[in-house]
Amino acid sequence: MLKELLQIYITSARVGALTFGGGYAMLPIVQREVVEGKKWCTEEEVLDYYALAQCMPGIIMVNTLGFMGHKRKGTAGAIAAGLGAVTPSIIIITLIAVFLTAFADVPTVQNAFAGIRVCVCVLIFNSILKLWKNSVIDKKCLLIFLAVAICSLVLDITPVAFVIIAAVLGILLHSFGKGGAGKK
Amino acid sequence: MIYLRLFWEFFKIGMFSVGGGMATLPFLYDMSEKTGWFTRSQIADMLAVSESTPGPIGINMATYVGYTVGGIPGSLIASIGIIIPGMILILIITRILEKFRNNRYVDGAFYGIRPASVGLIAAAGIMVCEITFFDEGAFKGLLGGDLSGLPGLLNYKAVILAAVLLVLTRWFKPTKGLHPVIFIAISAVIGIIFSFAGA
Repeated sequence: MLKELLQIYITSARVGALTFGGGYAMLPIVQREVVEGKKWCTEEEVLDYYALAQCMPGIIMVNTLGFMGHKRKGTAGAIAAGLGAVTPSIIIITLIAVFLTAFADVPTVQNAFAGIRVCVCVLIFNSILKLWKNSVIDKKCLLIFLAVAICSLVLDITPVAFVIIAAVLGILLHSFGKGGAGKK
Repeated sequence: MIYLRLFWEFFKIGMFSVGGGMATLPFLYDMSEKTGWFTRSQIADMLAVSESTPGPIGINMATYVGYTVGGIPGSLIASIGIIIPGMILILIITRILEKFRNNRYVDGAFYGIRPASVGLIAAAGIMVCEITFFDEGAFKGLLGGDLSGLPGLLNYKAVILAAVLLVLTRWFKPTKGLHPVIFIAISAVIGIIFSFAGA
């Protein structure tokens, strides 16, 4: 039990330590560590957790990993995952705050991060292709994908609205679909 | 009792900010006005550091503010405070979901949510691509009808690196399965050698 909690804690800490930028930059790392490495969740589950985490308050990465931890070991697992996700930040930021206040203005650091951003773009692209297979399974899904991608680029709307609208659409199209139409 | 106040302020952020790290920003502006713990210009520095270090931006901000206000105990208390509401909600949501796991409506909802979620990720990815591959100044000039920035519009160094990374991560067998962090490290080194930020 303790050993497994420790594993959840360490895996979450790894995701926290290896993710640069916002919540979406976490996905390639989660796919690698949790889905392919530990095989604790499937791609779909990660996507469901990520969607839920986006519409609930709090930190998206911490909440996504919290769901993962809860699936493994219940309440204790969720707490272990949450604490793991924040540990690297606490250590790194505290060190930076103590030693290097002008850290972000150093040219070498800026150049390094301009390079890292390119890599993050490629990694996100690869993640999307992986997630695509299990989530955009028919034409209706493709329409939802396109509509959400375009609207969220053009309009300044909170992701919460998109997730709620998509859930309602999903229920209408899938649960109430006539006969075989609801299945596929 | 500054620690209690710090905990409460970040607990509130954790409870009411929806939509990721940037969603904590308005709360921090509000906090700087109400408490006087830090100035508004300090928030910009905090954001820069949070974005250029690993870890979720929201947690990084909480740690940084917590440290500024109350040293190392402060950084711990702020970070824990911001995650507690989410943790409590997870326990409630999973309980509800377990009950309705095989419900056709829950099933239908996720059928719709999954492609929407990928759509949101794609949009976020496109926004990162925009600032990575295009020169912002030239891009704005172009929108204003000024064509002089056209040759410098595309950051060709970034495009070449992206193409190489794409081949290495998707098609080139020996490197395909490597951990993403290896590619991140290589990109950082290349960014420094070829001064990607122009700095």
